[in-house]
Amino acid sequence: MGSTSSMLTQYDIEEVQDHCDHAFSQQEIVSLYHRFCQLDRNGGGFVSAEEFMTVPEFAVNPLSQRLLRMLDGLNFKEFVAFLSAFSPRASLQQKIEFIFRVYDTDCNGKVAFDDILSILRDLTGSFMTEQQRQKVLIHVLEEAGYTKDSNFTLPDFMKILDNSDVKMEVEVPID
Amino acid sequence: MATSSVAGDIELDRPNLEDYLPSDSLPQEFPRNLHLRDLLDISPVLTEAAGAIVDDSFTRCFKSNSPEPWNWNIYLFPLWCLGVVIRYGILFPLRGLTLLVGWLAFFAAFFPVHFLLKGQKMRSKIERKLVEMMCSVFVASWTGVIKYHGPRPSTRPHQVFVANHTSMIDFIILEQMTAFAVIMQKHPGWVGFIQKTILESVGCIWFNRNDLKDREVVAKKLRDHVQHPDSNPLLIFPEGTCVNNQYTVMFKKGAFELGCAVCPIAIKYNKIFVDAFWNSKKQSFTMHLVRLMTSWAVVCDVWYLEPQYLRDGETAIEFAERVRDMIAARAGLKKVPWDGYLKHNRPSPKHTEEKQRIFADSVLRRLEES
Repeated sequence: MGSTSSMLTQYDIEEVQDHCDHAFSQQEIVSLYHRFCQLDRNGGGFVSAEEFMTVPEFAVNPLSQRLLRMLDGLNFKEFVAFLSAFSPRASLQQKIEFIFRVYDTDCNGKVAFDDILSILRDLTGSFMTEQQRQKVLIHVLEEAGYTKDSNFTLPDFMKILDNSDVKMEVEVPID
Repeated sequence: MATSSVAGDIELDRPNLEDYLPSDSLPQEFPRNLHLRDLLDISPVLTEAAGAIVDDSFTRCFKSNSPEPWNWNIYLFPLWCLGVVIRYGILFPLRGLTLLVGWLAFFAAFFPVHFLLKGQKMRSKIERKLVEMMCSVFVASWTGVIKYHGPRPSTRPHQVFVANHTSMIDFIILEQMTAFAVIMQKHPGWVGFIQKTILESVGCIWFNRNDLKDREVVAKKLRDHVQHPDSNPLLIFPEGTCVNNQYTVMFKKGAFELGCAVCPIAIKYNKIFVDAFWNSKKQSFTMHLVRLMTSWAVVCDVWYLEPQYLRDGETAIEFAERVRDMIAARAGLKKVPWDGYLKHNRPSPKHTEEKQRIFADSVLRRLEES
């Protein structure tokens, strides 16, 4: 285990950095690599949904099942790319793009009423009824000048979330 | 009270995460009108998830630390090689021999006493002494350098000892001073054999952590044991699993609702020669012992702390947490709000539901405002 860090050459690290738009420093990439190997228990070079779920703090997250669809079977480069939206160096646009991707489950570039409703369902579980959720959603949509049938694109998301305080920063521990 | 509530108690034995979190850690939202952007902005939840992927306190609790290599230059390398030769070529065989002789002497004395002195008071006394002796032999087999601080526990009823747990050798180290009756997970192999044949004579209680029925029986046995005037002091590792001696996971509350004095014991290993953490998923106990026996020494401090009593109006969980604070402070451990059993099981949906409840509440509250 101790020798794995030396297996990452400068070339490897630079390649990963290019892949994630230089969102992480070289040291951070080395740290992430250690973490990746730790999560990849059976050493297959990718982390399965099962392995992500062994982290209790992740498993209890209300959006964990949804995120797993994006995470399942990632190799190291993809793993870093996934996390790059959470780097302090990532732009607000990248962060909003990530949020949009979480909403846009069918990847058609549009987020419809049902997509938003389904996230709201994950977030509130049995503590709101389906009617309450619909009511809330329709209320805020209309207030913002949209309707139930509006489809949201990425630029719409940018406009809506631009001046709200989206704070999505995760520090990579370096030891 | 006795039988019907036991099953319920067992269920309650799983502590709630929420009970451990300070209440101000919940988001304190000042009510304001709910807007579309507030609903769409799921960044806090995502940040939490990504944070857990990058680093999580639970995995840290069970990370073994390999010792820093010091054989990295031409002067040190021969010294290190010499060390290897001494440790594996001389120390290890000598220690193996010590163990062997110890076992032979132990069995030669134990079985006659066990079968010939049936029903006599002398028997349990001698057996206790023999078990203590055997544990000393074990400690000698890894050249244990153990400092005990504080008053040595004596045999008397109505007290239960609780300690942080790093390896099964915790038990051996504590047992060589006092013949504790320990509550432990059932093990397979030779450890299981010793558990069944020998340790039962000092009143140890075994159970299977995943068997609910077993746990019921244990809860009852515990109560009986504590009340009995002749029984050995009870020792419980309330974490329920081995942690790497840098962190401490939540205490199961079973030990804290027996209605008797709780005497905390803090154990801190010095990792200078070997890491005493037993990572049972990676290593069998035999291999763990071999690793200890091929190191220079196991260095360790044991503190017997001030006995604690349940305070007025204190729940068992608060009591457990107070004792955990004491042990963590003394042994220099970081506390994490996780149940050690998560090593084997998925977290209960309760934790997710709690997060959902908080979010739903804030949405509903803010909707009413607008």
